[in-house]
Amino acid sequence: MATSAAPASPRRPATRRFRFDKPVAFLVLALPLLWLAGRTLSVGGLSLGPNPVEALLHGLGSWGLRLLLITLCVRPAAVLLRQPRLMRLRRMVGLWAFSYLVLHFTTWLVLDRELDFGSIVPDIAKRPFITVGFTAFLLLIPLAVTSTDRWMRRLGRRWHTLHRAIYVAALLGCLHFLWLVKADWREPAIYLALYAVLMGWRWQKRPSRASRPAAAAAVSVRAVQPDS
Amino acid sequence: MRKRTDPSRPRPSEITPAARYYNRREIVAGLLAAGLVGSNWPDAHAAPGTLKFTRNTELSLKEKPNSFEDITTYNNFYEFGTEKSDPAERSGRFRPKPWTVTVSGEAEKTGTFAVDDLLRPHALEERIYRLRCVEAWSMVVPWVGLPLGDLLKRFQPTSRAKYVAFKTVMRPAEMPGQRFPVLDWPYVEGLRIDEAMHPLTLFVVGIYGRELPNQNGAPLRLVVPWKYGFKGIKSIVGIHFTERMPPTSWNLSAPREYGFYANVNPAVDHPRWSQASERRIGASLFAAKQPTLPFNGYAEQVGALYRGMDLRKFY
Repeated sequence: MATSAAPASPRRPATRRFRFDKPVAFLVLALPLLWLAGRTLSVGGLSLGPNPVEALLHGLGSWGLRLLLITLCVRPAAVLLRQPRLMRLRRMVGLWAFSYLVLHFTTWLVLDRELDFGSIVPDIAKRPFITVGFTAFLLLIPLAVTSTDRWMRRLGRRWHTLHRAIYVAALLGCLHFLWLVKADWREPAIYLALYAVLMGWRWQKRPSRASRPAAAAAVSVRAVQPDS
Repeated sequence: MRKRTDPSRPRPSEITPAARYYNRREIVAGLLAAGLVGSNWPDAHAAPGTLKFTRNTELSLKEKPNSFEDITTYNNFYEFGTEKSDPAERSGRFRPKPWTVTVSGEAEKTGTFAVDDLLRPHALEERIYRLRCVEAWSMVVPWVGLPLGDLLKRFQPTSRAKYVAFKTVMRPAEMPGQRFPVLDWPYVEGLRIDEAMHPLTLFVVGIYGRELPNQNGAPLRLVVPWKYGFKGIKSIVGIHFTERMPPTSWNLSAPREYGFYANVNPAVDHPRWSQASERRIGASLFAAKQPTLPFNGYAEQVGALYRGMDLRKFY
């Protein structure tokens, strides 16, 4: 049952002891960005190499896609490892993925395409790898906006329906990468395989027809207890 | 991090800055004049790995060449891996000596030749060309080599030699990229005979006055300055004269994207990206791209080779 993945821990009084999981996760997720920032600013002899725009663009894009897939790993991991507390971290992973992708898109727009909208707009329309990448990015914007507790409460069960858009965005992200490479499809193939496994797990865990109303009810209950 | 130190690769500290390199004669002359070195000072050309050559300024660009570091660390040489840094990091085990080249097909003098025998009758020259990659970046490289046509004539191609095909060495033990069929190894390329005989087409043995580093295609590679970089086949072991247009690796891999001719053409886009402009390697993060020139700037010299051809069809 999908509902078994819910952060089912009962509401506790205000936590008495400090939990390290969120700050540690935050720092770990920031590491690739710090590494890229260090290379961009030539900290301690680091550099982006002979083609800095490409290094930055691909670095941000790769990490955005990886974190998007890691976001999809959180629920299976929480269920399979019986660690429901992992779910507390999912929003942070998703928002970091989005942050990397905002920077990726901005780098593309400003540094790679030099804000030349006369060529950017036709490129989005006529180059399939750009079309799917741009679509994935657009799909993620409402998810980032509605990631707050307030929006979760306001949307109720519709929040979960809306956030399934990440399934589409992650697939488009993988295709964006696959269609970009010239001949070496191995890394995008790994991401696509991981995506297939993660979606297969969800398909197998989907609520059966009979239990669906109950599951939906459980979901809406969960929605008003965000992040407990 | 996968970062292997390649003993054959000079450390950045060992690389002569380009400015000093180009002033070396003046520097030596200054030292001589000052009496700081005797006239028995060994000629710089006698140092290991350095080449004896003359500079062909007439056929050289006026642009400032990229640094030795840029040219030797940002490479597309899929035999060593598909990352730009792979060739520099993973070519340490490659042995470019001894080396032979097999010449076959429609020519009077065919056979297998040691590289020294191939090169001995020729004077080497340096030419500064811009290398325009099909991926829309470019770098400026001081190549050392000889006109390919001068070499090919020695094999006395017959009237049936309409094309020349080239083949890269196949050594999966030394070229880790060849252990996975990213392309259908070995890499093959080809030119029409008039393209091969064109005085701009260079058979290259060095950069910056030294023998080619492994990652740049040691010991012998092709440079065709008006074509995309992938025509410049590296580590050549086979030259074959033929009547038919030979297969070429990237064309076999993606025929819609890479043609046989692969002439630099800002008006014909790659299906996935524009070829109208190019990014200069080694420029800063905020440097603007520069416009790509038809035939990479050699339209005047080579345009006649393609007169009457539809360059959208024969890309």
